[in-house]
Formats: sequence, C-alpha cells, structure tokens
Amino acid sequence: MSFWPKSRTARRRLTILLAIAPVLALAVGLTLFGLRNNISFFYTPAQAEEAQVAAGRAFQLGGLVEVGSLSRLPDGAMQFRVADRKSAMTVVYSGEVTSLFREGQGVVAEGALRSDGVFVAKRVLAKHDEKYMPREVAKALKEQGEWRGDGARPGYGAPQAGKATGT
Amino acid sequence: MIVELGSLCLVLALGLSVAQMLLSGAGAHRPLLAGAGEGAATGAFLATGLTFAALIYAFVTSDFSVANVAANSHSEKPLLYRVAGAWGSHEGSMVLWCLSLTGFGAAVGWFGRDLPSDLRARTLAVQGALGVLFLAYTVFASNPMARLADIPLEGRSLNPLLQDPALALHPPLLYFGYVGFSVVFSLAVAALIGGRIDAAWARWVRPWTLAAWSFLTVGITLGSFWAYYELGWGGWWFWDPVENASFMPWLIGAALLHSAVVTEKRGALPGWTLFLALAAFSFSMLGAFLVRSGVLTSVHAFAVDPTRGMLLLGILGVTAGSAFALFAWRAPSLAPGGLFAPVSRESAIVLNNIVLTAATLTVLLGTLYPLIREAVDGNTVSVGPPFFNLTFTPVMLLGMAVLPFGPMLAWKRGDALGAAQRLWVAAVLAVGAGLLALALVSPTKALASAGLAVGFWLAFGAAAEIVERIRLFRAPLAEVGRRLIGLPRGAWGSSLAHCGLGLFVLGACFETSWKVEFAEVMAPNASVRLGQYELTFKSASVVDGPNFLAEEAVIQVSRDGRSVCEARPQRRFYPAGGQTTQEVAICVRGLDQVYVTLGERRATPAGQPGWLVRAYFNPWVQLIFLGPLLMALGGGISLSDRRMRFGVARKAGLATA
Repeated sequence: MSFWPKSRTARRRLTILLAIAPVLALAVGLTLFGLRNNISFFYTPAQAEEAQVAAGRAFQLGGLVEVGSLSRLPDGAMQFRVADRKSAMTVVYSGEVTSLFREGQGVVAEGALRSDGVFVAKRVLAKHDEKYMPREVAKALKEQGEWRGDGARPGYGAPQAGKATGT
Repeated sequence: MIVELGSLCLVLALGLSVAQMLLSGAGAHRPLLAGAGEGAATGAFLATGLTFAALIYAFVTSDFSVANVAANSHSEKPLLYRVAGAWGSHEGSMVLWCLSLTGFGAAVGWFGRDLPSDLRARTLAVQGALGVLFLAYTVFASNPMARLADIPLEGRSLNPLLQDPALALHPPLLYFGYVGFSVVFSLAVAALIGGRIDAAWARWVRPWTLAAWSFLTVGITLGSFWAYYELGWGGWWFWDPVENASFMPWLIGAALLHSAVVTEKRGALPGWTLFLALAAFSFSMLGAFLVRSGVLTSVHAFAVDPTRGMLLLGILGVTAGSAFALFAWRAPSLAPGGLFAPVSRESAIVLNNIVLTAATLTVLLGTLYPLIREAVDGNTVSVGPPFFNLTFTPVMLLGMAVLPFGPMLAWKRGDALGAAQRLWVAAVLAVGAGLLALALVSPTKALASAGLAVGFWLAFGAAAEIVERIRLFRAPLAEVGRRLIGLPRGAWGSSLAHCGLGLFVLGACFETSWKVEFAEVMAPNASVRLGQYELTFKSASVVDGPNFLAEEAVIQVSRDGRSVCEARPQRRFYPAGGQTTQEVAICVRGLDQVYVTLGERRATPAGQPGWLVRAYFNPWVQLIFLGPLLMALGGGISLSDRRMRFGVARKAGLATA
C-alpha cells in the first residue's frame, strides 16, 4: 500500500486521524442536522404571524399577558391572550402556572399552534429573574418601542387564585 | 464587627495571593522564596476561611445590615438553610469558589513535598495568579460583606425552591469539583513553563483529576436529584444551559482521567493530556460565566448582572487565552510520547477521548448556539432536549459500545480476538437482556430495548473484567482468593465506575421510555390508575411549617388491592417571598418510584371541589442517581489506591521512568 507511510510516527498519526475522522464526522453531521430541525424559535405574536409558523411546529411565544383575557375553559384549562404592541394570540394551557403568573406580566409559553390558530402551550414560564420580565420578551418589546424601563413592575393584575392559604 | 473582620480577611487573602504568586514565581530555584510562597498559600486559605466563617456568622445571626444577608435570608428560616444561604447567593458562592481555590493551592503546598521543587513552586505561582483574579473579582465586583445604609427589619429570604438539603450540599461539592480542576490547570501551565512533562507529572495529575471529577459527579447528581424531586416536573435532566455548564467540565474531566493514565503508564499522549488539563478548568470557568452572566436563559440561574458577566468573561479570556497560547508555543518542543499498536489499551483510551471530546463539542455547540444565532442574524432561538438526544446520545453510545474492550486489551499491543473471547459471555447476556426487554416489557420499544442492552453490556463488561483479573472459573479457588485480595484498588475503582455508567444507562433508558403519568383533578375518595398502581385521594388538610403554610393531601397508593404506601404531597406557600412551591411525595418500590405532586384547587368535571394531582410511575429511576454515585465511589476507591498516594508518587515515578 503506497499511501501507508513508512515512518512509525507518521503511521500512528494516520491511524489516530482515521479513528478521529468518523467520530467527528458523525458528531458534526448530527449537529448540523439537529440544528436545522430541533431548535425552537422565539417569537412575539406579531413575529409569529409574520413568520407564518406552520401548525404543529414547536416554538416559544413571548409577550405580555393581556389584562382581562384570562379565563377558564370548562375542562379546567386556562385560556389567555399573549400580546405585543402590534398583535395578540390566544393561548390555551392545561397545566399549572407558578404563583407569579399574572395578567399584564411578561410570559414565555412553549408549545405549537393548533390548526385553528390557537397556541397550545406545553409549558409556561412566568418567572425568569427578579425583574419579572423574561429576557427575550424584554428584548422584543424594546425593539417594538414598548418598554417601561428595567424593574418596572405592572401594578395591576391580582395574584393567581389557588395559593395554599388554608382550607 | 465580625463582618468587618471578614471583609478585612478577604482583602488580606487577596494580598497573600499576590505574595504567593510573586514569591513562588521567583522561587523555582530558590528554596527559601518557595517556602515563603507556600506559607502565603496557607495564609490565603486561612484568611478566606475566616471570611467564609464571618459570612456564615452573619447569616446565622440574621444580620440584615449586610446587603447579601438581607437579600437572601430570613430570620424564620431553619438553621441549615440559614447556613446554606451563605452560598446560595452569587456573592456568597464566589467566596466559596475562592475558598476552594485557595484551599487547593494550600493543599499543593502541604502534600506536594515529593513534587520536583521547581514544578511545585511554579504550580503554586499559577494557582496564586488564579487566586488573585478571582479574589480581586470578589473584593471589587461582588463584595459579600457590603453593608446597607437602611437596615431592613426582615430579609427577603432564600428562594424556597433552594431550601432543600440536597441543594444545601450541592454547591460545595460542585465547587470542589469545578475548582479542583484548577490544580490540574496550574500543574499543566507549570509543566509548560518548565518545558518538561514526564511520568511523575502525570502521576500528580491523576489523583487531583480523580478527586475533582468525583466531587463533580456527586455535585451534579445531587443537583439533578434536586431538580427531580423539588421542581415537581418529574424530569431529572433538562439540557438547560446551567446543567450543561457543569456537564462539560465533567466530560472533559473524564477524558483527562483516562488520558492521564496513558501518559503515566506509557509516557504517550503528553501533549493531549496537557491540553485536556487546560481545557477542564477552562470549561469550569466558562460554566461560572454562563451561570452568572445571564447571557443564556435558564430555569435555574443566579441573579444576573451583565457587568459581572463581562468581568468573568475577562478572567476566562485572560487565563484560558494565555494558557492555550503558552501551550501552542511550548507543546511542540515536548518530547514525543511512546509508540503503540492500533489495537492496544492506549488506542482504546484514545478512542474514549475522541468520543468524550466530540460529545463535549456537541454540548458546547448546543449550549452556545442561541448566542451565535443571535449575533449572526438576530433571531432568538432555544436549543432543547431533542437536539441533544439526537447529537450527544449517538456519539456516547458509540463510545459505550467499545468501552468494555478497553480494560481487556494489553498496553502497547493488544489482542482483539482474545478480548472478544473474554467478553462473549457478557455480550450474549447483554443482547439476551435486551431481547428479553423487547419481548416482555410493554409497550414494545425497540430503540429503548437496545439502550437497555448497552447498559447491561457495560455492567456485565465491568464484571467480566474483575472475573478475568481474578481468573474465576479457570484457576483453583485458592488462587482466585489470593488474586481477589491482591487486586489493586484502581482496578476495583475503574470497574465500579464503568458498572455505574451502565446502571445509569439502564435507569435513563427505562425511566425515559416506560414512565407512566397522569394529571387529573381528584375529589376526595376518587381513584385513578397509574400503570399497575391505583391512587386514591383520601383527604387534605392544612399544615403549619416553620416558615411556610401548606396544604397536604393524603393519597393512598395501592397495587392489586393491597396498600403499598401513603403519599403525602404538599403545596407550600412561603409568605416571606410570596411564593408557592410543590413538595413531591415519593414512594420507593425497589428500583421504581411512584411520584405524586399536589397542584392547585380545581373543580372536577362533575363540579365537585378537588385538587389537580399529577403522578408519575418512574420505573428504575433509582439507578439514574445510584449509577453516578457508584461512579464517584469508583473514583474514590481508585484515589485510595496505594500507587496513587502522594508520598509514593515520585519514587514510583522514578522507578518506572
């Protein structure tokens, strides 16, 4: 075999290279494939409409919970609207939110659109840091021009019912 | 007064670290200066220790004039959590970081008598430089002792989710692991400065890596266990940036552990071992930066501060940058290592390293991709579990498939056929177990059954190694007994660790694929089926805790009509922070767990008042936590091996060199 080098060091280098190449190729190939299909985008309602996300494709929806939009469906799931300055989107969620979930507050919901355009959330994150404003929501709203400044907490919206304060 | 004393001691520790860096740096060939440098290292450790003690004192006595205490403590908190509050905040945890850093520096001075004196002095100098950077950061950018002008009457309390025994212990163990790699880093930089790397150096790298890696293993496991039972989501690993930040140094540490053996025993791969030694601590620092800067959104991060993040990024850039620059400059001049055949223990370990490094790269890319994407096209994206399941898992599976061959191969030139002959029983058993799972466990899942076969393959392969070493079934019993007693602890350690990895794979595959869950609104006396179990809601009552009020439900768990246990999940309200948490109830059944959480009050479909109950049947979930603990135990046993003791390091190194 002419391509097989004569020196022992070079031969060892080549063997190691031959061992590394397939593993690295596997890792790189999987990573590229994974980054194409397995990441989820963050959109505010207006951005989601603009991007025309297909039903069933997972993404994160962020914005402010519209004041007065929170209601309970007959099956116990909660329904509310997540809004940015330009648009709003209806969200249904059958799980439980933390006690820090409030109307008028920033929220990030993970899930996908149903065929009727309603966003079905699998998980709702309400608290990200002590400023009560998820970072992505803050950034998106800043870009739209609606931002009340760091640390401004909405003064409206009663705390969630269901706190364990006694029977 | 004590708080001011602690503040003073922190500045003193900074000064002593500067002295340590300068004295040890100048003392490579001057024993007197080197001795003074060691003294300074011990002094810096003691001073940081006093600061830490003062901080704990402030927390225990609820001194709310200290900003850090006011923000993170509450006078009604139980004592354990008041103490743990000292490292529950960003500032306090930096003190803990510095304490481990100076402690490991002092330990190099104490236990390093047998290191070549110039290597020891240079190691201490580098460790001192790291101490200077992190102590300066703590003193100037995150002073834990800063006082408040307006003293509040009551503190804002530690996040109730963090008030938990597992999480009280998690940061110290994690930090011993993270910062333990700093010694290896310093040793590597010292070796690069000295331009010499030999078996004695590798012998020194190994115990420190083992210790740091074992601590990190326990720390990560505790954190994962905490997330499992405290967050109440039933999951144990979320591929969250903060989790990844601790996982990357662990992976690199595992690679280093193995490559250091090659460098020590065979003198091969010196450059690569050096590279990994630098990389392990660099990943630790990257973790510290990711967790504290808030550049990535995480479910469990510290209070974020971009300025601090920039400073930590600066420290990371300076230390890792200069270390790798030094590596690029000096490494080519190092003596090349020994030779080995394509089929040999060395090659197996090279493959192990390739796999672990590739796996680390996939985790790194997945963790940083949101940052890259945001910088490139401004889109905010998140990379979740599907990405890591697709990339990390296959790469690791490849490594696990060949892992049991490694210990069966001889150094320098191995016998592949011989190794296969010794492993065929384990292989047959593993494939059989996988097929059995495919046939018996319902619903039928082919991929998960294959995963189980891999787990059994690792566990049986580890057992086969011991069987082979003591010649069980092949030699007379007396000889087997003699070999069993004479077996070095290092062999036990590696077998245990590999077996632990196998058990973890078994648990992870089984739990992920065959868990059963339900979420339902239950009124009193309602029953719901959960796999083979039946859960009956008995009653609910109010419980008054030390610093919380809770609703507690009594839920009877029964199987085949017989009561198995009584789950008492709670839903707690902490008035101090106005936060509600769920306290999970877990019924342990062998390797399985029945996991019950109590949710909010809701009306049932029939209109009766009830509670939202979420329950999971997690089969074999105990293995997920026992496996890593076994790995850490294996690390500990290896560490206690006679050959690894610090005293014999140099003598034995000379004998084999």
